[in-house]
Amino acid sequence: MTSYSRLLGLCAAPAVAFFAAFWLLPVVRLFALPADKGWATYVAVLLDSRYLHGLLNTLGLSLVVTLATLLLGGVVGITLARLRFATKPLLLSLLTLPLSFPGVIIGFFIILLGGRQGLVADLTEWLGLGRTTFAYGLTGLFLGYLYFSLPRAIATYTAAASAMDAQLEEAARSLGASRWQVAKDVWIPELAQTSLACGAIVFATSMGAFGTAFTLASKFEVLPITIYNEFTNYANFALAASLSITLGLITWLSLFLAHHAAGPAAAGA
Amino acid sequence: MAHSRQLPFLLPAITALVSVFMLAPIALSVLAGLVNNYSSGLASGLTLRWISEVLDVYSSTVVASLLLALLCVVGSLLLGVPCAYALARSRSRWARLFEELLTLPVAVPGLATALALILAYGQLSSFRQSFAFILVGHLVFTLPFMVRTVGAAFRRHELLALEEAARSLGASFGQRFMGVLVPAVLPAIVAGSLMVFTLSVGEFNLTWMLHTPLTRTLPVGLADSYASMRIEIGSAYTLVFLLVILPVLWGLQWLGHWIEKHHGT
Repeated sequence: MTSYSRLLGLCAAPAVAFFAAFWLLPVVRLFALPADKGWATYVAVLLDSRYLHGLLNTLGLSLVVTLATLLLGGVVGITLARLRFATKPLLLSLLTLPLSFPGVIIGFFIILLGGRQGLVADLTEWLGLGRTTFAYGLTGLFLGYLYFSLPRAIATYTAAASAMDAQLEEAARSLGASRWQVAKDVWIPELAQTSLACGAIVFATSMGAFGTAFTLASKFEVLPITIYNEFTNYANFALAASLSITLGLITWLSLFLAHHAAGPAAAGA
Repeated sequence: MAHSRQLPFLLPAITALVSVFMLAPIALSVLAGLVNNYSSGLASGLTLRWISEVLDVYSSTVVASLLLALLCVVGSLLLGVPCAYALARSRSRWARLFEELLTLPVAVPGLATALALILAYGQLSSFRQSFAFILVGHLVFTLPFMVRTVGAAFRRHELLALEEAARSLGASFGQRFMGVLVPAVLPAIVAGSLMVFTLSVGEFNLTWMLHTPLTRTLPVGLADSYASMRIEIGSAYTLVFLLVILPVLWGLQWLGHWIEKHHGT
């Protein structure tokens, strides 16, 4: 049996060595770097109001995006799980297609919709309202992040809502529950686990998203852009490291908490 | 279905609205890449001129991305499949710890991983300036997906019995692994490979930090064209990305159905 466990060790060895050399070691170095500039560098995000502002911006945007994604994704998921129509599989596969798009493409999409040559600008001009643009500010960023997150939520909620117990809803209706009561007392509790897991992923992805904000060159600065600027434009490596540690801890923690909050209940279900 | 009658009007209306929001930009971008002039729209007529201009300027990025994704698949297979097996069979605490650690590059923003890689290996200029640097980043990011997908297949109960039967018939570990285990988890291996391929082709967050002017991938080229080229060229380039990624996605979807039909879930 010990020779078997040695075999298992050999099987894992290449992956362990690769991971240690190209992720663990570099990340340990990243963690050590801010110390060169003094311990205060680790909490730079709290000490400098500009960085704190960037962090709060990113947190606020990600939270709002997460809530909007869960709400809209939930509605679309429940609807698609209930309706039967011939083009549903096609629609579902088109709606989940953007899952594999890099963030830059989504930034470009927002420019096509709300940029200076955008669709909305053409529409509002035709209506005699002048050329409206929204791509380069907070609205553009919000819509971009929403576009990025919705496919995952739609896919997850459609699967979860298809597996929902229809009898529970039937029972609630026959007892005279209104639509809102059904939504509040049947749908939301049944989809709570899904919402928690999906919400954490959407939140973490939004916090770390870079490509969309980069393409939009947004006036609303999010933390990943700040990190990028500190690193490439100002060569301030210690600070960039400190800010990425902060960002990484936030995204990891949100995923970790959601995973463990969902864990025991999911195992019991 | 009886339920659809009870669905309040608001829900299908929101669904339609969301669908338009999701699909309109794709349609718009495909169209913009094929018309002569974006501001005059379809009236200006259709053309493949922008696509050929994209291929003139950026074909090297398409080739680079495809090769990089293929190498990434090969690398993640070589590293990931044996590792997935070890993690599926081992009961040690170290295996659980490594399994947790392995998912960190997915949990942490790509920007942080890229920064760490540059700080650790940026001085090795021949490595830093080669595609191998980007490949390493992509491998770190995609390995957990391969290990998770294939590991789940290795954990199936009937496979344990199959492996035991092969062992009792005197098959060596090598024979069992290549002759019994790998064929049994082949659908998961193919699914993992397609997943790794799409992730690598679309990766931007890491790649933008890791690339150099001589090592540009498709998404890096896209960012460049959006910033510096006319809207028709950006759109045509996006269309090229779709053409690269779509067949793989369809394959993945088809395989998903196939696995569900043959193995259940």
